[in-house]
Amino acid sequence: MEMVKTLTEEETRSFIDLVQARSGEKVVDCYQCGKCTAGCPMTFAMDIDPARIMRLAQLGQRDLVLGSHTIWLCASCETCTTRCPQEVDIARVMDTLRILAREADYTSAEREIASFNQTFLDNVKDRGRVHETLLVMQHKLRTRHLLQDAMKGPLLMSKGKLALRGHKAENLDEVRRIFENVEKVGAGLQPRPSEGGAE
Amino acid sequence: MTYGYYPGCSLKGMSSEYDRSALGVCDQLGITLQEVPHWICCGATPAHATNHLLSIALPAKILASAASVPGQGEQAGPSPTVVAACAACYSRLRRANHELRADPQLRTQVQQVIETPYEGQVEVRHLLDLLRNEIGLEAIRRKATKPLEGLNVACYYGCLLVRPPEVVAFDDPENPQVMDELLTAAGATCVDWPFKTECCGGSFSASRPEVVVKLAHDLLREAHDAGADVVAVACPLCQSNLDLRQADVARTYGTSYHLPTLYFTQLLGLAFGLEPKALGLERLIVSPQAMLRKLAARPEPMEEAAS
Repeated sequence: MEMVKTLTEEETRSFIDLVQARSGEKVVDCYQCGKCTAGCPMTFAMDIDPARIMRLAQLGQRDLVLGSHTIWLCASCETCTTRCPQEVDIARVMDTLRILAREADYTSAEREIASFNQTFLDNVKDRGRVHETLLVMQHKLRTRHLLQDAMKGPLLMSKGKLALRGHKAENLDEVRRIFENVEKVGAGLQPRPSEGGAE
Repeated sequence: MTYGYYPGCSLKGMSSEYDRSALGVCDQLGITLQEVPHWICCGATPAHATNHLLSIALPAKILASAASVPGQGEQAGPSPTVVAACAACYSRLRRANHELRADPQLRTQVQQVIETPYEGQVEVRHLLDLLRNEIGLEAIRRKATKPLEGLNVACYYGCLLVRPPEVVAFDDPENPQVMDELLTAAGATCVDWPFKTECCGGSFSASRPEVVVKLAHDLLREAHDAGADVVAVACPLCQSNLDLRQADVARTYGTSYHLPTLYFTQLLGLAFGLEPKALGLERLIVSPQAMLRKLAARPEPMEEAAS
């Protein structure tokens, strides 16, 4: 792999320590058996297979890991987590890597997926519940994919599956407070990638 | 018997037929499902992929709300019980309890976020688990006045009902049986097939549809090759990805499988003699007509579905 960087031991440590601290998982325990990759349903679409992501993380290869398509294409199906003989919760590590990638602005690899997640959470914040029709329309608008799946609309409509007026939670102020409190309580709790990641 | 019930967003939206059929089947079995008051979204994958604290706080808020209702799950002893039907919601609610019980520091943070002293005390069960292990197969058999004889069903569990076993744990993570047992008790023939716990791609249907079309194709091919007339599911995303994407599968891979994808509750409802309309069968994209025709003992639903 041409983009693997030569790092000092300190640079290597700073990234793997960060991943382990944020995920609570012992990524260093991975001994490269490859079971995660063998069972992963998404490898056909990934650029770096899951076992290799684990190895690159151990080696502190922050740019390769956080810039990969793989961390976004992980479907959180938990097959790897279930089968890992070293009991590493790999799906949880993938979550952590996505979060670190967002914090350090590495989201360009899979803009659509990152954007969908954000639109979904905006929906939850605004309405307390997800209104699927609105969510999909907002997502297609934001990503400028207006024609993608446009023909599904009339079909779903004919089956009574598209609701124009979605439901809302009754306690919207409480929902908003959860989002605010997450920022407050979460701030300062955890190390961030900028505090010693290799640039 | 009354239990707390968390429908989640999909069951009140695109998948309302799952809600309808679940309530109908439970009613037949003498179970009352009482909606958790002021429920909100569980956060699903976007929450856990974005912010860990948020991903635990949203389900914790829901469960705290259930804990405040006296009588929800009264038969379950001191700890109230919430039943979920959506596999993804179920997984998130279970995950929140799992982490809150194990991690006192996280518990304190979550309590600050939701401004409620929730400790993880509410039991969370999936409807499959409840029907199999509380109601039992004998009760299903007794209720199945119009058994699904001659119908070959591929039970598709997907990911989150069975994985990871530390969090969910009501069935085998590699070869689950509960749905097969329930539908067998309802008279169906459940086929042996290798993809019952493979992934459908979930919410990538909106962001990376071509990925879902590939996974849906593989699933439909395996179910078809195993001789299934119908795929049974317990998750709104699995249902939508197999049903709504089946035309895309045909266009991309050149094979039309014509495999209807029904919620297991819709199939149980048919066996209990509930009307197809009451089970929301008219909302299926891939027509269930051929499947209903196969249920030779049930001429009325066959005519209904044709209309």
